[in-house]
Amino acid sequence: MKSALLLAAAGATLTFGSALAHPASLTLYSAQHPQVDAMLAAEFTKETGIKVLLHEGEGPDIAAQIIQEGADSPADVFLTENSPELNLLDEKGLLAPVAPATLAQIPARYNAATGDWLGLLARENVLAYNPSMLAAAKLPASLLDLSKHEWNGKVGIAPSDADFLPLVSALIKTQGKAATLSWLEGLKANAKIYQDDESVAAAVANGDVATGVINNYYWYRLETQLGPNRIDSKIYHFESGDIGGLINVSGAAVLKSSKNQQEAQEFIAFLASPQAQEMLGKSDIDYEYPLRPGVAPNAKLTPFKDLQPPAISPANLGDDQEAGQLLQQAGLI
Amino acid sequence: MLARLRRAEDSPPPALLLAAGAASCLALLPLAVTAVNAASVGWDTAVALLWRPLVGELLVNTLVLIACVTALCSIIGVGAAWLAERTDLPGRQIWAVLLVAPLSIPAFITSYAWVSLSAAFETFGGALLVVTIAYYPLVYLPVAAALREMDPALEETARTLGLSPGAVLLRVVLPQLRPALLGGMLLVAANTLVEFGAFALLRFRTFTTAIYAAYQAGFSGAEPALLAMVLVLLCIACLTAEYLVRGGARYGRLARGARRGAARYGLGRWRNAVLLGLALFVLVTTGVPLITIGFWLTQSSGAALTVASGTLPALAQAAWTSAGLGIEGAALTLFLALPLGALAARHHGLLITFIERCAYLAQSVPGIVVALALVSLTVHHLRPLYQSRLSLLFAYAILFLPLALVSVRAALMQAQPRLEEDGRSLGLGWFAVLCRVTLPLAAAGLGAAAAMVFISVATELTATLLLAPIGTQTLATQIWADTSTVAFAAAAPYAAAMAVMSMAASWLLAQRFGVSPLRATVEP
Repeated sequence: MKSALLLAAAGATLTFGSALAHPASLTLYSAQHPQVDAMLAAEFTKETGIKVLLHEGEGPDIAAQIIQEGADSPADVFLTENSPELNLLDEKGLLAPVAPATLAQIPARYNAATGDWLGLLARENVLAYNPSMLAAAKLPASLLDLSKHEWNGKVGIAPSDADFLPLVSALIKTQGKAATLSWLEGLKANAKIYQDDESVAAAVANGDVATGVINNYYWYRLETQLGPNRIDSKIYHFESGDIGGLINVSGAAVLKSSKNQQEAQEFIAFLASPQAQEMLGKSDIDYEYPLRPGVAPNAKLTPFKDLQPPAISPANLGDDQEAGQLLQQAGLI
Repeated sequence: MLARLRRAEDSPPPALLLAAGAASCLALLPLAVTAVNAASVGWDTAVALLWRPLVGELLVNTLVLIACVTALCSIIGVGAAWLAERTDLPGRQIWAVLLVAPLSIPAFITSYAWVSLSAAFETFGGALLVVTIAYYPLVYLPVAAALREMDPALEETARTLGLSPGAVLLRVVLPQLRPALLGGMLLVAANTLVEFGAFALLRFRTFTTAIYAAYQAGFSGAEPALLAMVLVLLCIACLTAEYLVRGGARYGRLARGARRGAARYGLGRWRNAVLLGLALFVLVTTGVPLITIGFWLTQSSGAALTVASGTLPALAQAAWTSAGLGIEGAALTLFLALPLGALAARHHGLLITFIERCAYLAQSVPGIVVALALVSLTVHHLRPLYQSRLSLLFAYAILFLPLALVSVRAALMQAQPRLEEDGRSLGLGWFAVLCRVTLPLAAAGLGAAAAMVFISVATELTATLLLAPIGTQTLATQIWADTSTVAFAAAAPYAAAMAVMSMAASWLLAQRFGVSPLRATVEP
């Protein structure tokens, strides 16, 4: 009797398991904003009839989860807000190559050099500042200035936010480790430390700190939340290719362990399609630049061509491991 | 007779020992995985990671905060419990609910409320304030249950022997409160050790915020795991301290016969002052965060309108999911806590202490560590369980077992073993004794335990995000989704629903289970 029950249970599990693996559904692990995921998933299902199951969380948490899952991962596609998580999974050999036709939709400098992930959206690093605390004329020419003594107590950063690490990685690539470390040490002495970019954006607007290093997206979100013209801070763009104007890329990849390779590739192709990119460009949730050429971003944003980012390719920033170690050495995390 | 009792205490029934041992091992599983993970860090890396100024800073921050929070929480918790349970305070039923209300508001919302009042709270003082508000109910609930279940005969005897009410409090009541109070203090310490959301907003850095930062910065699991091991050591220190202070004293009632309700003392001319003080206290603890939620409820800015899932059906669905998980999580946690509590309450010995204490250790590491350990355990070895509702419930049970255990243990210690023996001698089987004697006697404490676990599950985020069946949306995950896009107005209905649900839970369980049939009044 007992063994019959066990058999029945095993049978039920198997049927259940194979029902989950049915190709008519796709499992998306996402660190993007849940509202964006919901919008994309609904549109994709409408077009293809393929159901999208969503698993959401913070980027590094989900990346850690995918690494733990390894070959057993239920995920088909991973969608992020930053490229380093994708690079990390790529180094661990967990990603499958993106179809060349899809890669061709996005300028090559925003995709993985290996061709294993696709860039979708870009965000700009900016300095938010509170004009009542700091005159525009006194804004720094370079991000590197913020480690100087005159900035003591006047700058807010979120060193453990996944958005801060790419800046450090870019500094390592361009200035070398020693210079980056001494910059971080200067910053540690000067800066007020916050947990994430959201808090930095809010702190500058509230007048708790004069300036803050954030991704532009958070300022626009805060402005949307507070209502037009009710935000007390402004955005300052670093110019002339200064490292402070670095572009962060959010991307997507197909997991090598996915049992639904074809559908997963179809989803990634959809993300790069004019339709999805335009939807993302128009949304008030995201405020990111669609990377597909010819698709306009939200009209509130400074046009992408007017930005003056550093020459370093965002896709070549690496996996942030070295950046993390330097942050540790500087005592910032 | 005495000899028989002693023998019974020293050799628990094998079934009980086995059940408790199994529960304890289950709680230790994620820790074992984490320890293995931490051990994979090389010696040099480990030294470089642990032997640096920031770690010293974090250690001081963490330890000083724990000491202050625990002390404050125990003073406030015992004081509030005494007023609600043992005085003629007007509107006691309402106060009893209001006093546990802070537990039902996630600490990060309280933090957010205070930080938006003034950035001046972004200090040690702010962290102390927020965490004390968030966790004093962990002392209040078990102590209130203990006060409610206390045999009035002891106090009456002390009074007849000429002790003043103050002396009765110090020499009779407080010693009886020791298991509940120390247990509550232990919970406060352990929760402070792993609190993340509140400190993140307050810019106060502890070991736990550093562990989250390490994950966020993309470190492989090994380095955060190593930092987590430091937390385990700190927790072992707390457990040892509690063990030493608690000592071997026992608090079972020896008197036969039916129990009456505990005695209440008249407040007399202090009545109005006490009422005013309590009102101010509730305003600070519950009013500030609730007013903040209320403020956001009235805001319908563009950000709120752009949220795809901000509809009433979505809200109802999320509330339903949270309530379901809360009830099932509380049931499973109590199921695991009962054998452990019974073993610790009724039997003594080194092995028993060890088994019970092990269950507390699971709470010494942050939710993210437990959740990731369970991910790696289930995905590779128990595949059908991965991202199933059952594995999520087990994660809750492991995370909140200590919470339940404190109340369960204290409740069982106060239930008279003699009544159980009477039941057995009247021919009842052990199961009948459990259902008809032990559980009803311990009802108040069990109700408190269930309420605490329910509320904790309803507000839990990290493990829910990682382990829930794909597509699950709870109130907590919806609040996270909205606040992480700076859409506070959109998060407000979910936060309000969470607060209402948790308060209802504490009222239903903590109050309904604990109404004493008879009450005696003592005039001062």
